[in-house]
Amino acid sequence: MNLDKIFNAKTMAVIGVSLTNDSHPANVIYNKNRYRYPLTVYPVNPKGGTIKGEYLYKNVADIPDTIDLAVIAARAEFVPDILQSCIDKKVGGAIIVSGGFAESDNEDIQQRIVEMAKKADFPFIGPNCLGIFSPGKIDTLFLPAERLIQPMHGNIAFISQSGGVMVDQMVKFKGQGIGVSTGISIGNKAMLKEIDLLEYLAKDPDTKVIVFYIEGFGKNEGRAFVEAVNKCPKPVIVIKGGRSSQGSHAASSHTASMAGDHRVFSEVMKQYGILEATNGLELSSYCEALSSYPKGISGKLGIITVSGGHGVLSVDYASDLGLNIPPLSASTKELIKQNLSPSVKAIASLENPVDLTGSAVDDDFLNAARVLIKSNEVDCILLLILPYSPGVSIELGAKMSNVCLSSGMPLLAYVPNEERYRMLIEGFELNQVPVSASIEGTVLMAKALIGEKNGEK
Amino acid sequence: MAKNNINEIVNKYRNAGWIPEPEAKNIFKMKNLNVPDFKWAKTSDEAVKYASKKYPVAAKVVSPDILHKSDVGGVVVGIDSDEQMKQVFDDFSKLKGFDGVHIEEMVEGIELIIGAKIDHQFGPVVLMGIGGTSVEIYQDVAMRMAPLREKDVISMVDSLKGQKILKGYRGSDPINMRELTTLLINFSNLIIELQDDIESIDLNPVMCSAKDCVIADARIMLNTK
Repeated sequence: MNLDKIFNAKTMAVIGVSLTNDSHPANVIYNKNRYRYPLTVYPVNPKGGTIKGEYLYKNVADIPDTIDLAVIAARAEFVPDILQSCIDKKVGGAIIVSGGFAESDNEDIQQRIVEMAKKADFPFIGPNCLGIFSPGKIDTLFLPAERLIQPMHGNIAFISQSGGVMVDQMVKFKGQGIGVSTGISIGNKAMLKEIDLLEYLAKDPDTKVIVFYIEGFGKNEGRAFVEAVNKCPKPVIVIKGGRSSQGSHAASSHTASMAGDHRVFSEVMKQYGILEATNGLELSSYCEALSSYPKGISGKLGIITVSGGHGVLSVDYASDLGLNIPPLSASTKELIKQNLSPSVKAIASLENPVDLTGSAVDDDFLNAARVLIKSNEVDCILLLILPYSPGVSIELGAKMSNVCLSSGMPLLAYVPNEERYRMLIEGFELNQVPVSASIEGTVLMAKALIGEKNGEK
Repeated sequence: MAKNNINEIVNKYRNAGWIPEPEAKNIFKMKNLNVPDFKWAKTSDEAVKYASKKYPVAAKVVSPDILHKSDVGGVVVGIDSDEQMKQVFDDFSKLKGFDGVHIEEMVEGIELIIGAKIDHQFGPVVLMGIGGTSVEIYQDVAMRMAPLREKDVISMVDSLKGQKILKGYRGSDPINMRELTTLLINFSNLIIELQDDIESIDLNPVMCSAKDCVIADARIMLNTK
């Protein structure tokens, strides 16, 4: 099935636009795409007339243009006829925003539209969904533009069974500086399901990391999903809603009793190298790390810190997660020492973590990193920076990023997230080096990178 | 050939909802999964004749009415004389639905549980972990989607809190990983084959030692729908 027209629509029909209620979902969608996005948008309502000086079409069939995408926000009982008119006009695909289908016990009408669409090979998202959001391209969320906080354009795709979770996550991504290629709310996923979107996004050049919020799969759908992920060359992250629900019937065997729905879900994700985020910090850390680097480290961390305590805390958390902080060889320690500035040489602790102390200046960090990179003793560098330290310049972010980027070794940084340190942070982030505002986040970013190279999970 | 015999056994017990131990073990034997040498004795004489060559043996009641054998005193281990064997047969014969005694060689090793479940979302799933009667208290188990690959078995073992018990602890020998891997992979293939017929399987315990891994007890719950 070709989803290209849905995601790269140039022309859009919004069906259900009201003449009297400008806050109707269809009107919100029409207004925002007409005024804010590079699309040609046509309003449709069987009553006809004009809206804001534009011709209001009685039927998609009347629109004198080819239509890539129809956004349907009319009452459920009208949807089958509208869908048929879209199929007849050879529209590229649809987003059915309307509710009132399977979620309201109207299985029949949902079944009917699925059968129609399948027969015509006509893709649609929904029903009962918010549709899609792609910064600068398209936005079918029926939420007023002035209310939304939009993330910047980036390479994370977020597919959600819940529209609310999707929108809220977009807002959080904005705050965390995480860029989004597409957010997709799939609602009842009557026709297009996670697996169809996975297959589309696997080939989407704008998307590097694919995130799913999943509440549940249908019969054997989870198996098909992980098999599809296994073939997908891009990293996949999942968040599972409904973890507390267990198989409800009394189990007749130990296995059935222990293998509850979520336990099986988590274990199978692990089996197929799919990261499962269980909270917001894990999610943002995994997204940030995989947005910058491919998987492929074994998890031997080299930690460079300004503060001994930060080094200890990072080692504790890394050990909890099963990451490895290997002791450095005598020759590596000696090489680091040789290059340190005289005042640091006397007081630095050159075990792993490498504690350069509050006396360290930029060159000490850069030289220590260069030695670690060449040593082959670590495969990822964690840099824990306290900008209160007088020797740390605002240029350290950019300088350190350049050292690591040219070597190909992933660099992950901790810097407190305060406006005052923005230039330091941007020195990292503008060079694609992810920065976390917590030690735990920095360690979680390292965890996300563990695994075999893409495509060989 | 084996497939037909397995189908026969499954069909025979479909209405009962589960397969009794001797028949479950016959299925495993057909699939080259290690089970102890055993005899389904219908008479006391048969029991003594078989047991006398094997002492010490374990005896378990066979009855369509008894799923949880040990709850009704239907399991006796370490039987080492004809007299005791006769007594056990006699005692078991008074249990509800008595249909003979499953007698088998005693096996030793670390108690693991290996299980299977047909999951709604993921289909056939295999479980493996530290077994025994307290398995549900510690729940130190790993699960993977069938069929298992060798690397899945390794990661299952590595994810157990009690992995040291399997890998040799305080002078004890590590279990035979090759045998465990073979058993799990063959078992996972059997589950794929039987996915429409079964609901869940417990092999608990599976006795693993430096030499081999043997299924000491087995319960196959059938899909009655």
